[in-house]
Order: sequence, then C-alpha cells, then structure tokens
Amino acid sequence: MNLILVTFIILLAFTSYYFGRKKALVIQSSQRLTALPKFYGYYLAAWCAAPALIIFALWSVFEPSIVKTFILQDYTDQNLTKNELQLIYTKVKALAAGTYTGNITNFLDESANKYIQLKGIANSAKVAIILAILIFSLSFAYRSVQKNDRMREPVEIFLKWVLFVASLGAVLVTIGIVFSLLFEAIRFFQAVKIFDFIFGTHWYPAKTFVRDGQPDPELMKDAFGAVPLFAGTFFIAFIAMCVAIPIGLLSGIYLSEYAGRGVRKYAKPIIEILAGIPTVVYGFFAALTVGPFVKEIGNAMGLEVSAESALAAGAVMGVMIIPFISSLSDDVMTAVPQNLRDGSYAMGATKSETVKKVIFPAALPGIVGSILLAVSRAVGETMIVVMASGLAANLTMNPLESTSTITAQIVVILIGDQQFGDPKTQSAFALGISLFIVTLFLNVIALSVVKKYREKYE
Amino acid sequence: MSKIKAENVNVYYGSKQALFDVSIDIAEKEVTALIGPSGCGKSTFLRCLNRMNDVIEICRVEGSIKMDNLELNSRKLDVVRLRENVGMVFQKPNPFPKTIYENVAYGPTIHGIAQSKEEMDQIVETSLKKAALWNEVKDRLDEIGTGLSGGQQQRLCIARAISVSPEVILMDEPCSALDPIATAQIEELIDDLKKEVTIVIVTHSMSQAARVSQKTGFFHLGKLIEFGSTDKIFKNPDNQQTQDYITGRFG
Repeated sequence: MNLILVTFIILLAFTSYYFGRKKALVIQSSQRLTALPKFYGYYLAAWCAAPALIIFALWSVFEPSIVKTFILQDYTDQNLTKNELQLIYTKVKALAAGTYTGNITNFLDESANKYIQLKGIANSAKVAIILAILIFSLSFAYRSVQKNDRMREPVEIFLKWVLFVASLGAVLVTIGIVFSLLFEAIRFFQAVKIFDFIFGTHWYPAKTFVRDGQPDPELMKDAFGAVPLFAGTFFIAFIAMCVAIPIGLLSGIYLSEYAGRGVRKYAKPIIEILAGIPTVVYGFFAALTVGPFVKEIGNAMGLEVSAESALAAGAVMGVMIIPFISSLSDDVMTAVPQNLRDGSYAMGATKSETVKKVIFPAALPGIVGSILLAVSRAVGETMIVVMASGLAANLTMNPLESTSTITAQIVVILIGDQQFGDPKTQSAFALGISLFIVTLFLNVIALSVVKKYREKYE
Repeated sequence: MSKIKAENVNVYYGSKQALFDVSIDIAEKEVTALIGPSGCGKSTFLRCLNRMNDVIEICRVEGSIKMDNLELNSRKLDVVRLRENVGMVFQKPNPFPKTIYENVAYGPTIHGIAQSKEEMDQIVETSLKKAALWNEVKDRLDEIGTGLSGGQQQRLCIARAISVSPEVILMDEPCSALDPIATAQIEELIDDLKKEVTIVIVTHSMSQAARVSQKTGFFHLGKLIEFGSTDKIFKNPDNQQTQDYITGRFG
C-alpha cells in the first residue's frame, strides 16, 4: 500500500516535470520565459513530490503511536505498568495480524477488532489526504507556471533545502550513534563503578553471568577492568607502527624522490592494492601463516611462544597500514614545490641531503597527519586481532604472548546469545565509547600538530 | 679572460630540440646577460652551466662546455663539486622553509666548509652583508626565511648562493617577481658581486641587461643570434633580428 503510494507520487513528479517543461515551451511562443524550460519542470515536480512526501513521512512516523494511544485507552482503568501495557499492545497487534497463538480473551478480541478498524481508517485517511495535497499543491504550482512567475529562485531555494536536509541527516545520525553509545555506557556505569572500569586490571566479564537474578556486586568489581584491553590495544598498535612507519616512510620517499616515472606508475598502485585487501584476509594470513612462523622461530631460539601472539597480529596489522603511510607521505612529498628541490640541488646538495633537509621537513605536517591517521586505523582494527592474537585479555608487555584489544573484546561480547540490560552486554558500549574518545583524541592531536607545523612552514 | 667556453651545444627535450649549436665565451668577473623572447632557450642554456638539466629526465645535452678547461658536459664530472663552484638564483625566490640562518648555512653545512660554530656565524654574516641583507635581518636570524618580503627573499637566496664562495653565479630572471625598488637593490648587488664572481644573468628586461651587463647574448628560437659587448648590441647590432628585438619590433 505504502509502496504503491510512494511510487505513484514519484511517477507523478516525473510526469509533472515533462508537463512543466512542455508548458514552458508553449509560453515561450508568446512571452519571454523567466528561466530555462527545465526550471518550469523542476518547479512543478518539486511542488508535486515534496509536500506529499513530507506529509507521508510525518504520517508514517506518528500513526503507530496515535493508534497505540487509542487502543490502550481502554486499559487505563486497570492500573497496569508500562511493560504490561506494551505486552498487551504486542498481543493485540499479533492477534490482528493472525499470528497470535495464546489465549484469546474477549477483551483482547475487541481490541484487535478496534485495531483493524483504526488501521483501515488511518490508511484511507492517509490516501485521501495525500491525494488532496497533491491536487492542491499541483494546481497551485501550475497556476504559477501559467502566470509565468519567476521560476529560477524557487527551484534554487528548494535545492538548497534538499541539500541542507541531507547534511542535517548525516549530522543527526552521527549524534544519534554517539548518544546511543553514551546512554548504554551510562547504564553500564550504574552497575560497575567507573573507577573499577578505568583502573581495574582484570577483564573477565564471563564470570558475572548468573542464571537468575542479579550478579554479585563483589564479582562485578573485579570483572570489568579495562586496563588490559587498553594496554593490549596500544601495545599491538605500537608493534604495527614499528613495522609500518619505517617501511611506509622509506617507500614513500623512494616513490616521490627516487623512482622514475615508469616505476612510480606501476609501484604505487601495487602498494595501494595492499589497502584494498579485506582485513579478514590479513586475519587468516596472520593466524595461519605468520603466527605459526613466529612460534617456530621462537621455539628454535628456545623461547616460549604462544600460537596466538601480539607480535604476529601487530606485524600483519603493520603490513596492512603500510600503504596508508607510504601513499599519503608520497603525495605530500610530491606536493613540495619543485623550486625548493631546485634550490637545494643548485647548492650542490645530493638527493639524500635534499630529502633529509628540505623535502622531509617541508612535508612533515602531512606526514604526521598520515601517521596519526594510521594509528587510529590500527587502534580500531578488529579482525586481525580476533583471529591472530587471541581473546584472552592478558595484561602483558611480552609480544610473544597473546593479548586482546578493545575491539576484539567487543566482538567477543556481542557474538552469540546476549541479553540487553546485562552488564556484560552493556560493557561493549562502554568499551565502544572509550575507543571513540581515544580516536577522537588522536584526531584532535593530529589536527593541532599539523596546524602548528603549517604555521611554521608557510 | 674566458671563464666558460661553450662550443656547439645542442639540447634536446625528448625528440624536440631546444638549443642549436650554441657557442659562447663567458668572460671572468664580468656580467653576461642573455636576452631573447620567451621559449628561446636562454634559460635552458643557463641550466647547462651547472648541470641543472640533469633533474629533467628527458633532457639530453650535446657539445662541449668547458670551465677553466674542465669539461662540464661529461659523465665523470662531480656534479656536487661543480654546483659548489657555480651557484644559482632562480626566477621565483625559493628560500627553504627554515630560519634565515639555516638558509644561509645550508651550503656550508653540506659541503663541510665551516669547522666551528664561530666560523659558520662568520660565513652567514659575511654572506648576508654581501647580499645587502644583514642590516635588515641581523636581529631575527632565527625567523623563517619564507616570512620575508619578496625582495628580501631573493637577496636571501643570493646570500645562500654566495655562502659557499662560488666562482660563477647563474641568475635566471632574478627580478621578474620583484617590484622596481627591490629590482634596483638586486641590480646594485650584481654590480658589487662582479668584482669577485662571474655572473651570467637571464633577463626579460632589456633595460636591465643594458644596466648591469658588460656582454650580451641574444637568443632566438634556440639559436644564439648575436653575442658581443652590451654597448655594441644595444647601440649598433650587426644582426637585423637583434635590432628588431632591441627596438621592440618583435618579441
């Protein structure tokens, strides 16, 4: 029903576009047009689609809650709680749809009939109102077109609002995500003290699981210490950067300053392919190839290495990040003006001296930016860690042992059965928001560093 | 006394020939001006003298260029040593994004000229004085060179070029991005510098060539049309094309 209605509105809008343009061509024969013919078409189409679609959207948003209020009105005298009312409403809806399998009382039956009736009224009212609006707005717009009013400005204003609504939507969704994280996290912190979360050194949420009733508060105190996760996250990111920064920077320098045009043309896309490999592929590469390899080498040297090690995960993550650093730093170094290079060469500087003393310092803001971008990528990386570094949250600085990270733990918490309102599930939101804050912090630092150097070098 | 002697120099960018059989004698401790319309090859020739054409992958130089009997157009040449002896000042001022001090100290550092901090300070001061910039910047040597005005930046670049005491300085339209006052300062500077160094300057301004140079070469379409004393070129050129260009009938 709704689909047909929307399709009808959109088809009508297309038709009115052609109709409006045609009308403009007719007007053209007797008067000077106020805009190009297509604007007449846009004008009619916008007036056709926009009011009808807005009303349709508002109706769809508000209709269910209005119907619900009407249905539940009959139950107000029974002194029910909010949850019980919700349950009744769900039953009524199921009964109306014919999918209810429980005990049907008279009361419920009556409500279901009322529900079906209300829905029917609402649907016909919706169609009637929207048709009325279509007729009204189209005739209004058509009169304007007939009078040959100015067409360009209204269309431009309409487009401005369309763009505004689109960007507003993007911003609102972001804010919505942050707030939903925040609210769940706040509920988590009602069960677990924020101090225990930030400074606790023991992460073992599984032990708070209790079949019925509330878990023991003493247990909670010791189960949600995030320190091992933060430590693991930064430790693995650190290993990754130890791999990625030297290789990425050096290859970036080679590409921008040393490689001939031919080499650069082929080498750069090849390096960038690394960025296109799905992280899960890196994950099993780390788990099945690098992990056992590290273990073998370690064993040969007489070290004890677990099959899932921070070293394997970090090293593979580093490989994944190389193209970010190399490609971005290549770009910023290539962007250093040629006349600085000429100036240095003309002084008798060699290529390496020029790179070290002129190009690199001049490109530093961009390079720092690319590195910090890579760090936030490493901090947020999940799949490689889940697959290659294990899920046990050990607090360790030994790269040969397995550790876990924030993102990996979120995965552990949210796969399989879970229960909303359970501190274990809510802890994922707390982890999520802390990760978000950390990345935000990194980005702010990156921006300020870049800004500071830019002031110095421009 | 001839400092640089070029014979039958041909330059190609890929398959396109930019210079045709250019032969020229550049005298020591004089200012030689190269004039001609845009794209005539005068800058290309200038860049042969310190091998800056090496930077351009597709560029190929043929012929012989001798400086004090050292063949410049040879694979065996030590380019770093050559560029220490032949400095260059570019069209657009291009100080490094470093402090004024570091800009001037750049050359002496990479060539290991100064043995101590005091010696380096001395070199920086002398170079800035020779470039007539010292009085304006002596209190702010640790400020960024790119923060100076256009004329000051160009004098900083000249100071940078003379910091390694080169025998020759090449100038590629050094005043084209500057206002008349800054231009006058640079021209005065060129006049002072020629007591110690040989200067080759490419310029679009004929009045500038007439003011600063002793010898002038006129390039057109990649050929050296006429070369001689500036007086003669400007007052009584042998070639009709030169005459036309000087009097502004084409170009």
